Amino acid sequence: MIQAPDLPAWAAIIVGVLLLSGSAATLIGSLGLVRLKTFYERVHAPTLGATVGVGSIVLASIVCFTALESRLVSQGILILVFLTLTTPVTLISLARAALYRDRIAKDENVPLEHGKD
Amino acid sequence: MTATLLGVAITVAQIMLGLALACAAFRFVRGPRAQDRILGLDTFYVNAMLLLLTFGIQTSRTIYFDAALVISLLGFVGTVALARFLMRGEVIE
Repeated sequence: MIQAPDLPAWAAIIVGVLLLSGSAATLIGSLGLVRLKTFYERVHAPTLGATVGVGSIVLASIVCFTALESRLVSQGILILVFLTLTTPVTLISLARAALYRDRIAKDENVPLEHGKD
Repeated sequence: MTATLLGVAITVAQIMLGLALACAAFRFVRGPRAQDRILGLDTFYVNAMLLLLTFGIQTSRTIYFDAALVISLLGFVGTVALARFLMRGEVIE
């Protein structure tokens, strides 16, 4: 289904480029989630979508609705700020939980504990 | 002309986000250990939120913003709770 808002040309070009680059970054990050080998490599990949992807798609929606309604529509900023604050927290706690589990299971490929040889 | 181009760009972006959703779902289903599944679920939340934002642009309705905000909030709470569960074996101590 091809449907688009009725935007002026400059806004349409900006929105299209931002949407394509943001979704391409998200797709690359999710492909990394499939292709990388260990968990500690994989935990880095989705952050591409959570930073570049969210940033450019939110920016595209702000440009789109600002051009449509001729006033600044900045609700999207809230999503951007929230995700930027929470993604590091979730991934750090997940990685620490994985480290804890791997150390208990005596896995060989675990990064060394800080301050020990 | 530009409206058609923008429509094609939005549709291509939605297809790419759908593929990203499929990748996250693959990691969620296959993931060898529990932490891989949780990582896939977190990525799934973020990608679904981005897909909702593109639907909002396509239909030019701002109600999708609120839905996307709720999804990202629930995703954060869910992932942190699951990570705590992996660490300690219980969510609330």
